[in-house]
Amino acid sequence: MTRIDARFAALKAEGKKAFVAYIMAGDPDIETSLAVMKGMPAAGVDVIELGMPFTDPMADGPTIQLAGQRALDGGQTLQKTLDMVAEFRKTDDVTPIVMMGYYNPIYNRGSEKFVADALKAGVDGLIVVDLPPEEDAELCIPAKNAGLNFIRLATPTTDDKRLPKVLQNTSGFVYYVSVTGITGSQAAQAGDVGPEVARIKASTDLPVVVGFGISTPEAARTIAGVADGCVVGSAIVKLVGEGKSPAEVLARVAELAAGAHSA
Amino acid sequence: MAEDLPNSFMTGPDENGRFGIHGGRFVSETLMPLILELEAQYEHAKTDPEFWAEMDYLWKYYVGRPSPLYFAERLTEELGGAKIYLKREELNHTGAHKINNVLGQILLARRMGKTRIIAETGAGQHGVATATVCAKFGLKCVVYMGATDVERQAPNVFRMRLLGAEVHPVTSGRGTLKDAMNDALRDWVTNVRDTFYCIGTVAGPHPYPAMVRDFQSIIGKETRWQLEELEGEGRLPDTVIAAIGGGSNAMGLFYPFLDDKSVRIIGVEAGGHGVDDRMEHCASLTGGRPGVLHGNRTYLLQDEDGQILEGHSISAGLDYPGIGPEHAWLHDIGRADYVSVTDMEALDAFQMLCRTEGIIPALEPSHALAHVKKIAPTLPKDHIIVVNLSGRGDKDIFTVARHLGVEMQG
Repeated sequence: MTRIDARFAALKAEGKKAFVAYIMAGDPDIETSLAVMKGMPAAGVDVIELGMPFTDPMADGPTIQLAGQRALDGGQTLQKTLDMVAEFRKTDDVTPIVMMGYYNPIYNRGSEKFVADALKAGVDGLIVVDLPPEEDAELCIPAKNAGLNFIRLATPTTDDKRLPKVLQNTSGFVYYVSVTGITGSQAAQAGDVGPEVARIKASTDLPVVVGFGISTPEAARTIAGVADGCVVGSAIVKLVGEGKSPAEVLARVAELAAGAHSA
Repeated sequence: MAEDLPNSFMTGPDENGRFGIHGGRFVSETLMPLILELEAQYEHAKTDPEFWAEMDYLWKYYVGRPSPLYFAERLTEELGGAKIYLKREELNHTGAHKINNVLGQILLARRMGKTRIIAETGAGQHGVATATVCAKFGLKCVVYMGATDVERQAPNVFRMRLLGAEVHPVTSGRGTLKDAMNDALRDWVTNVRDTFYCIGTVAGPHPYPAMVRDFQSIIGKETRWQLEELEGEGRLPDTVIAAIGGGSNAMGLFYPFLDDKSVRIIGVEAGGHGVDDRMEHCASLTGGRPGVLHGNRTYLLQDEDGQILEGHSISAGLDYPGIGPEHAWLHDIGRADYVSVTDMEALDAFQMLCRTEGIIPALEPSHALAHVKKIAPTLPKDHIIVVNLSGRGDKDIFTVARHLGVEMQG
């Protein structure tokens, strides 16, 4: 059982929805992003998604593109991101951490080595946007065998025929992408999302968490209400980009978390 | 037939879209169902005589195929060695080889009921070809082009707009072809239901590399019969040469010759300011290593942490940090040789062709000509070289003038 499994089991026992928050590692520097990360559990974050910056984030809108650019300009590397996780784990051994990003920096390090290093640092799961089930041999299977959750994205274009393939090697939770589009795009609609989440839940016992297009406490509440939880990314990253202090960022994170938890 | 031999070089990719370790389908889940549908549609079209009848008609009457295979007599004399033939793809409608592939993809898009076409472009040749075919079929067309390229290829931007396309300048990254492709992929993932992504080169997720190669291989097929039918030749070429950015004009020329062991195959990458540690070039094979970008694994220019580097080339069409996965595989197995030439060498070759043959080549094939300039003098007079003259140079005259220190009013 990973920290992710334990966290979702605990939330379920309490009858609470999960609030998942994203932050870009190293944006604009390690100190700031680590301070935000460390403050997240107290602000109500149930699962932390830690973005691994990449020069060519093809599924991300301008907000997260710029965050990745700021991190890379600040000298962020995959090793430094893993070091941040290890540093976080010195004071928090329960909050699940999911590393999210693109495959090339991982492939460059070597999948087996990356999986071993991530486990050692205290990572619980991975979301790699450009690895569909067709490429499971690349990273998903090595990660799964080593005990890391590989969290798959399901999307509005994942039809019933394809859904079993998407769910096959998924563990931890299923991340339902609320819209066809990139991060930070148009608002997710609960009316559209609800039936889709129900459709996925009919095929799996895993929790289904919804992300993309959720930027306010109200939206967090509405969307979490039709799923097992919700993810907020761009709305948080945007504040970092505006130069807000970790305390200011975390104050907003707490409002968003309260929204999701009130569902 | 050669294709049926187990040791053929022409059987790739495998069912997972791999050429050796290269290729594949590294895209987000939103796009995966669409890519599988495209693959099914293409597999069906490939064996459908009606599809090819329509292609042949358009190639002949709209594009002007077959393009001539032209003996460059004065160039041959000047270099004093091998006999040089030019495959005149620059005489195609829209002035480059790009339209060969665009027609195929747009016919497929129509079969799939897609009403909106998006494309990325570097030099603007693929964008112009896409805008052209969209105008012909009354389809909405959106072209993503790096802001840097919008500036250095202004005539093509105007051409696309005249043809009714929306041109979106891309400011992310360094504003070149790679960034245009990122934004095209972002558009596609957003408008997946009505939109067809018309990729301009032999890269991207499977089935694009194979599909674009198949559409472009008309270049090599024609070259083959043209040389066979030519009075006094009646044989295969000894060497085929083409410039490579993503590698579509090269793959189109090379593919029909892959199983002819006597034919030497040479791809010429953009060496920019020189292939060295400064990384001011776009020679992915000679200066990069395998990685994953834009849906496929291939050789990429990247730093030690796997971040993609911005290359440099005088030619907007070659300014891309990757290369088609089939080229990566041909490089790995040694079936084709890949070399690079610098900006300055390409500029010299550009002027050489203007002067000796009265043909203004694009900067892209000028790279191939620059390598010909190096090797032709060392080869015997009965050695036949075919160079793919993939595009004409009208679009490049401002860039060339600037490098030659000539002031021109645009």
